[in-house]
Amino acid sequence: MLFSGGKDSCVMLHLARKAFFPVPPPFPLLHVDTGWKFAELYRLRDALAAEAGMALIVHRNPDAEARGINPFDHGATLHTELWKTEGLKQALDAGRFDAAFGGARRDEEMSRAKERVFSVRSGGHGWDPKRQRPELWTLYNGRRAPGESLRIFPLSNWTERDVWSYVAAEGLTVASLYFAAERPTVVRDGHLLIVDDDRLADSAVVRRVRVRTVGCWPLTGAVESAAATIDAVLAELDGTSERAGRLIDRDQAASMERKKRHGYF
Amino acid sequence: MKPLLRLLTCGSVDDGKSTLIGRMLHDCGAVAADRLVGLTDFSLLADGLEAEREQGITIDVAHLYFGTEKRRFILADAPGHEQYTRNMATGASNADLAIVLVDATRGVLTQTRRHSMIARLLGISRFVLAVNKMDLAGFDQAAFEAISEDYARFAGAAGIEAVTAIPVCALDGDNVTERSARMGWYEGPALLPFLEAAEVETASSLPFRMPVQTVIRGPERLYAGTIASGAVRPGDRIAVQPAGTPAQVARIVTMDGDLDEAAAGRSVALALKHHVDCSRGDLLCALDAPPQIADQFEATILWMADEELLPGRQYLLKIGARSVPATVHEPKYKLGIDTMEQLAAKTLALNEIGVANIWTAQPIAFEPYEASRTLGGFILVDQLSAATVAAGLISFGLRRSENVHEQALAVTPSRRAGLKQQKAKLLWFTGLSGAGKSTIANLVEARLHARGRHTFLLDGDNIRLGLNKDLGFTAADRVENIRRAGEAARLMMDAGLIVLTAFISPFRAERAMVRGLVAEGDFIEIFVDTPLAEAERRDTKGLYRKARAGQLANFTGVDSPYEPPEAPEIRIDTMAIDAEAAADLIVRRLEGEPS
Repeated sequence: MLFSGGKDSCVMLHLARKAFFPVPPPFPLLHVDTGWKFAELYRLRDALAAEAGMALIVHRNPDAEARGINPFDHGATLHTELWKTEGLKQALDAGRFDAAFGGARRDEEMSRAKERVFSVRSGGHGWDPKRQRPELWTLYNGRRAPGESLRIFPLSNWTERDVWSYVAAEGLTVASLYFAAERPTVVRDGHLLIVDDDRLADSAVVRRVRVRTVGCWPLTGAVESAAATIDAVLAELDGTSERAGRLIDRDQAASMERKKRHGYF
Repeated sequence: MKPLLRLLTCGSVDDGKSTLIGRMLHDCGAVAADRLVGLTDFSLLADGLEAEREQGITIDVAHLYFGTEKRRFILADAPGHEQYTRNMATGASNADLAIVLVDATRGVLTQTRRHSMIARLLGISRFVLAVNKMDLAGFDQAAFEAISEDYARFAGAAGIEAVTAIPVCALDGDNVTERSARMGWYEGPALLPFLEAAEVETASSLPFRMPVQTVIRGPERLYAGTIASGAVRPGDRIAVQPAGTPAQVARIVTMDGDLDEAAAGRSVALALKHHVDCSRGDLLCALDAPPQIADQFEATILWMADEELLPGRQYLLKIGARSVPATVHEPKYKLGIDTMEQLAAKTLALNEIGVANIWTAQPIAFEPYEASRTLGGFILVDQLSAATVAAGLISFGLRRSENVHEQALAVTPSRRAGLKQQKAKLLWFTGLSGAGKSTIANLVEARLHARGRHTFLLDGDNIRLGLNKDLGFTAADRVENIRRAGEAARLMMDAGLIVLTAFISPFRAERAMVRGLVAEGDFIEIFVDTPLAEAERRDTKGLYRKARAGQLANFTGVDSPYEPPEAPEIRIDTMAIDAEAAADLIVRRLEGEPS
């Protein structure tokens, strides 16, 4: 199960724990790390995995590491391609996993809206949107031809609003980054970034901000907000799409679909 | 939480469906401001794939989420093109209400009828006929009524009872969120207010049913799944179906503590009072209200693969949490979309709908689809490609199988084989025509016979002269040929014999089916590997010459495929060794001697 410590991850993990209670879910957690995640997310990731009693595999693409790939010098596209897409493929191949759970939702983005709950990937982890299996009722076909693997999205039919309602109803712990607080920020390419460590020399300005989705901190756009509770977050939901804050989706037209076809989650 | 309504939108190409959806999303405030920047066409909100935007058509079903003050909606937007009908069925299978779009200037088309029929078939009972592009029809009442009446005639024949027709202009939003001033003659509701108020029946009235998804082996055994119908309480007497084993519920276990009751839709884990045999795929049911149980039933089948249905081939049938090998008989008929007629059919091609009997390798517990989508809907999966090739809806179980029980015999197969001081085996020779199968099999049988083994050789040509003389050489007949040969071989193995067969048996699926008929390790696949060019050069029966001359249709290697085994127990390279050496090699392997 892909696990980053983000809100969707937390919800998915919680559902899995409830499904297999009282035993821990019978699969490991996998985090495809880039070295640029928020420090709070690393702490939360480790704490939740330990609480669930599940093994946590952390994979960092050794090639990207050796080449020192980072979002500032190499741009969002290359950074994401090498650290996340390639890193994920390496980790899935290394573990010889037949299937991986992901927390993606259909309401996030238009090409995701077309994705099946059980999504078949070719030997190279590619997604062919024109050759998706029919998926009727809740009868999921988990069989694979040789070389194929599955990506499974249990939260497919959830909306961002559903996720927050569930977090509230179940009293889940999620990162404080989702709630407004005074944080050091800089403006880069029109996006408001929260400075999470000392790798960015720009002088930061303290603003009251929060994020709607968390990725690598230099690629996560924050919004100025006063929403410090789930109710306030829910009230703020209408207006902009969730992934508007993800700088990686902005690079080219049909950006997400292309990334997915090449193996991005 | 506000109540949820699951919608399906469908219609023909160019009916303006994406525009209508974009309009609904927009008018409900479901479109984020950043997506509206520079947006010139509402349809772009619904077309999600690059190819769709380029070609201006919808290829795959998209799921969209929006809501009003009164209701939440999940909308499955189904593609219009006939070649994507299977994607449309994907959307229809979970929907409560269908919005069927018709272009006011074009009226009801074949595709309109096809989509309506599939939606009805998959259990949608409430329909909205949205007559779109009323602006191009001059907002003419007569045009609207003519189309409504045309559709009503079809709907009556198709068993669609509840239809509400609404004239709209999606582009400008007429009759979408509120009644349009441009169609004052229309007195019904606008689309969204209608959807907010529409009543649909979703709950099943069946008693307690829960497919077991997994058995949790913790401090105690728990049987986990989602309740399909009815409710369950601690102390309830239930039965594990299809075995019929009675059991009693001890506790309803969840991470938030035990429950006093759980009802349909809830995912729970049940602890039972006494240990019973129960595993994934079983159906837990109220003890006094058993489901239907059968290994033969009639079903309506929507074929969704490029390769047509092969009656007799073994597919994997998945229903509830159960997967079981299953075979489809030749269809009784297929449905003509335009006329709703029952047409004669030997098979079903992509997007065709037909009715056929199905038999499963073991009995399954189910309900008719009309009573429960969860317990009466199934998919068929191709065993080799792993693709989902069909969706099926069970009509009813066939009683006849209930009266045929496997007879328990005092003298068992192993005792028969034991008397012969041997172990029954099936040596399955496969390869191209003229590869040398019969020759080698003959030599092997002679050697085994000389060693005092009790054998029988089933030869492909000989079987076709008798048992299978009604079969030809089409793919479907080849499947049935091998099925019968496999069954005959199994009976002889039960008699304790070492059975040798020499059939081209060109398809992996059928060889896998025969392998599944016998105990593991008893099936020995022998691939007589002769290149096509060499077999054709030898042409011992002169058949290749005839096939090349066009006098023989469906000849393996010429105009019918041969799928070589991927992992045969024994491979004979006839270019490297002769028939005598091959026979020696096979006998040594069979007798466990060093080679």
